[in-house]
Amino acid sequence: MDAVRERYPEHFKRLGPQRLPMIAVATAMLVLLLYGMQVLGFFDGKLLSGMGRLVEIAGLMLPPDPGSWAHARAYGMALIETVAIALLGTLSAAILALPVGLLAARNVTAQRIVRFLARRSLDTIRSVDILIWALIWINVVGLGPFAGALAIMTSDIGSFGKLFSEAIEAADRKPVEGITSTGGGHFMGIRFGILPEVFPVLVSQVLYYFESNTRSATIIGIVGAGGIGLHLAEAIRTLELQQTSFIILMILVTVAAIDLVSSQLRFAMIGRRGGVSG
Amino acid sequence: MAAYDASVRSRRWHTLLMVACVAAAMLLASISAEVSPVKFLENIHRFPSYIIRLFYLENGQPVWTDIGEWFWGLNRWLRLLWETLLMAYVGTLLGAVAASCLAFLGAANVAPARWIRLVVRRFCELCRTVPELVFALLFVIAFGLGPMAGVLAVAIHTLGALGKLFAEVVENIDMKPVEGVSSTGAAWHVAMRFGALPQVLSNFASYALLRFEINVRGAAVMGFVGAGGIGQDLIEAIRKFYYSDVSAILVMILITVAIIDSLTSLLRHRLIGLEGKN
Repeated sequence: MDAVRERYPEHFKRLGPQRLPMIAVATAMLVLLLYGMQVLGFFDGKLLSGMGRLVEIAGLMLPPDPGSWAHARAYGMALIETVAIALLGTLSAAILALPVGLLAARNVTAQRIVRFLARRSLDTIRSVDILIWALIWINVVGLGPFAGALAIMTSDIGSFGKLFSEAIEAADRKPVEGITSTGGGHFMGIRFGILPEVFPVLVSQVLYYFESNTRSATIIGIVGAGGIGLHLAEAIRTLELQQTSFIILMILVTVAAIDLVSSQLRFAMIGRRGGVSG
Repeated sequence: MAAYDASVRSRRWHTLLMVACVAAAMLLASISAEVSPVKFLENIHRFPSYIIRLFYLENGQPVWTDIGEWFWGLNRWLRLLWETLLMAYVGTLLGAVAASCLAFLGAANVAPARWIRLVVRRFCELCRTVPELVFALLFVIAFGLGPMAGVLAVAIHTLGALGKLFAEVVENIDMKPVEGVSSTGAAWHVAMRFGALPQVLSNFASYALLRFEINVRGAAVMGFVGAGGIGQDLIEAIRKFYYSDVSAILVMILITVAIIDSLTSLLRHRLIGLEGKN
């Protein structure tokens, strides 16, 4: 061992000079972490007592129990409403986002200024959280699931617009050229050259978003925009912990079921090989 | 020609059937989500007027006529934004560190035992399916109002999301270095440290940075349920109709998110470059 150590001394140095930047970054991150934890109150002594209470809460959550049959039915209805909000928001967003996506795609819209404006507005829409959209729509159409569906629609127009425009830009140019060469106009080129090619990709993206929107739809109820979130927030605030865990369990089962259905549909749509681009 | 017509006709039927199914689903969903076109049309004018109203001060002047009045709470909001960023940072780092430990236990190729892998997978799935805000609501009960509950909610959700992604990264490594280290009689954790970790570290960092972007947005709304950050002031401003405050806070959040996004994408491209060089 000593002979090896003598022959390759550079491999036995604990800290080679090439590792210094790495160590500096790690130290800086650690210092920032400790500073952050200090600012956010991790060292105020609340952490340990909180952990104790958390264990207690987890114990009280078991076993999941809706309390009464009427509760269970109300939760079931709210869950259906949640899925409806997600479905409606996703589909209407997809329909509305298609023209915007075309406007933002380089190979469809030649005017740079139109493209720029379309992209910027999509970026702005996307940066505002779905809960904030829900609060804004509540001001417009009042409390209830309708506001939730509109919130999901608004925030998804931003995401779909971007994804769709990217999918359209990645489309093959040749079908469009073929159509143009037979005398077809710009619109014909889009309709018969681009859309048939990108449609399966768009559908698979929409299905993927439907899954994730079901999750979002479970929380917009917390601000009053319909769905199961209202019941969930209420159960937590009134410390009905067994009902809380029952609702969470129902959400998990529903999300898993929708995952399953939509991934089956996706595979049927685009075949097992084709993934979602972007 | 007849065969062509028949084929076109059958495809048209197919398309029509799908459109009908989607339309039926939307109709059912809109009944469940209490969609009312009348209410929508009657109130839709409030949406643009609400957005426009956000950019007027209490005295009826547009916000840009008096920037000082618009951003009257600048110091407080900057402090809260800093708190939000720290929440995202601490949450991401804690979650990512935990996830990188769990990833090796949950990856099919290196997991020490099958049952450990299954338990880890289920745990990660639970952590990422339950929405962040639900964790935040629960943690607010245990730890009291304040940023700590938000940080822990962000950390748990990050653990779930990154645990899955990291495990997939580990499953794609080259097994030869791991076998080499194991063949010298090294224990499992040593084999992981010297055989697997160097291969996955840059990918881990890249995913963690992406997650940090998402978590900044997530941390910005944690305040909606009392879990710290700028969200507390935002929801108060929305609920109490302090219009110009809403726009001021939203503008600050949007700018911060844009800065963070460009910084992290810069860093990620450097990381990907590093990986290419190795």
